[in-house]
Amino acid sequence: MGYKAKFRVWRGEGGEGRLEDFTVEVNEGEVVLDVIHRLQATQAPDLAVRWNCKAGKCGSCSMEINGKPRLGCMTRMSTFEESETITVTPMRTFPVIKDLVTDVSFNYQKAREIPSFTPPEDVEPGEYRMQQVDVERSQEFRKCIECFMCNNVCHVIRDHEENKPAFAGPRFLMRIAELDMHPYDVVDRKESAQDEHGLGYCNITKCCTEICPEHIKITDNALIPMKERVVDRKYDPLVWLGNKIFKRSS
Amino acid sequence: MTQTTAETPARKQRAQLKVRTLRTDRWWLAPALTFTGLMTFLIYGFWAIFDQSYLAGQYIAPFASPCLATSCPEGARLFGLAPIGDWYTWPPGLLILGLPGGFRLTCYYYRKSYYRSFWLSPPACSVAEPHGKYTGETRLPLIIQNIHRYFFYFAAIIGLILTYDAVLAFRDKEGNWGHVGLGSIILLVNAILILAYTFGCHSCRHITAGRLNNFSKHPLRYKAWTFVSKLNAKHQQLAWASMFSVMIADLYVRLVAKGIINFPFA
Repeated sequence: MGYKAKFRVWRGEGGEGRLEDFTVEVNEGEVVLDVIHRLQATQAPDLAVRWNCKAGKCGSCSMEINGKPRLGCMTRMSTFEESETITVTPMRTFPVIKDLVTDVSFNYQKAREIPSFTPPEDVEPGEYRMQQVDVERSQEFRKCIECFMCNNVCHVIRDHEENKPAFAGPRFLMRIAELDMHPYDVVDRKESAQDEHGLGYCNITKCCTEICPEHIKITDNALIPMKERVVDRKYDPLVWLGNKIFKRSS
Repeated sequence: MTQTTAETPARKQRAQLKVRTLRTDRWWLAPALTFTGLMTFLIYGFWAIFDQSYLAGQYIAPFASPCLATSCPEGARLFGLAPIGDWYTWPPGLLILGLPGGFRLTCYYYRKSYYRSFWLSPPACSVAEPHGKYTGETRLPLIIQNIHRYFFYFAAIIGLILTYDAVLAFRDKEGNWGHVGLGSIILLVNAILILAYTFGCHSCRHITAGRLNNFSKHPLRYKAWTFVSKLNAKHQQLAWASMFSVMIADLYVRLVAKGIINFPFA
C-alpha cells in the first residue's frame, strides 16, 4: 500500500542552499533513491542526484539520510515510520556541486598519492605464486565499492577540514594496509602510512566500519593491523633490537 | 538560482548545514551508557584498592592479586613469596593494578569507548565533535597509546595469575582439593573471561601472525592467529564482560571476607 511521505531535501549549489520540504508518494518495496527519482519526475526536475547501478555495487548514490551516511539505493523506505520526516542531504565532508551531488575528487587525489603495487624486480608477471591463506586477508578489502562514505563519516576530516592535506582517510589507509599485507609487494609502506598518510590521526572510533555498506571490518582488519605494523617499525624497541640481532626485515 | 562554476569559491564549500547532526535516533544513548559503565568501574576500583578485606580463606580478590609484599597475609602471597619485602605497607592493589589498568586504558576497544563517551571525539558517528582542533594519536600524549603491546605482556601474566588463583579456590579452608563454592565458580568464570579478553587483543593478534605476509609459511602461527581472530571479533563484548566479572568477583570475595556473605556454599 502506498502512502505520502514527508521529505526534506538539501537544494542548492556549492555550499549555499537550504532544506526544502516535499510530500511524495511511496510504494511498497521502494528505497530512498526511488523516492528521490519520483521527486525528480514529479516535483523537482532539476534535482541533482548521482546514481548508477541501484544495486549497492557502484557506490554512486552515497548521501546522508536522517543524518547518517547511507546508500540511497540500499535504504528501504520500510525502515522508516510513515509519519516520519526523512531528511536527505549530500555527504557533509565534501564540497557540494549541486543538491545531493558532491565533488569527491579529494578521494582521487589521495588515491594517486599511494604508490601502486610493486612486485620484486626479479618476478615477472605470470610468475606470482600465492596460497589462498596469504591473499584472503586483503581480499576482504577488495570488496570496497568506493562509495567514500567511510571518508565522509570520519570525524578527522568531517569535523576538521584543515586535516585533509595530512589524512588519507579510512578508504586509503585500508588500501595501504592491503598492499602492505600483500606477499609480493616490496614497497615499505609503514613509515609513510604514519608520516605521509596520517594513520596516527585515526583514533579507532570505528565509524568507518559502522557505515560500510560492504561490511568490511575496516578498523579491526586494516587500520589497527596497520597501526601495529607501524609500532613494529617506529615505536617498539624490542622489535627493532630483534631485527638487528636476527638480521630480519620487518 | 545562480550558476556556479568549478572556479568559484562557493563551489569549494560543503553544504552549510548549521546543525550539529541531523540524526533522529537516540545516538546519545551509547556514549551515555559507556560513560556510566566506565565511571562505575573507576569508582569501584578506587574503593577496592584501599579496602583491606581482600582475602577470604582460599579466595583472594582479583584487585589485590598478585600480592607481593610481606604485609600481605600468608595465604594471599603468590607462591607463598613476598619479593617486594617488608618496606611496602600500602595496599597491594596499588603495586600491580597499573598494569591491567594500563592494558585496558590503551586497548583499542576502550580507546574507542572513552574517546567517544568522555572526550566526545566524536560522541557518535556523524555527530560533530565540540573541539576546534584535532591531532589524534600523532603526538604526545596520545602517541603513548602505541605502548599497548607492552601492557599486553604484563596483562597476560596477570591473567595467568588470576587463573592460578581461581584453581586454588577449588580447595577448602584446610587446603584439601575438591571444594566447590559459589566463590570458586565466580573466580573461575572471571579468569576465563579475563584470559579471553586479554588473548583476543589486537596486539596479541598482531604478535601471533598478524605481522606476517605469508601465513602459508608459518602454519602454526597462522592457526594461533585464526584462534585469536575469533576472540578478537568479540573483543568489545569480552571487554565489558571481563570488566564486570572482575568487579563482581572482587566484590564477592570482599563481602565474604567481611562476613556479609556467609551462606554454606559461599
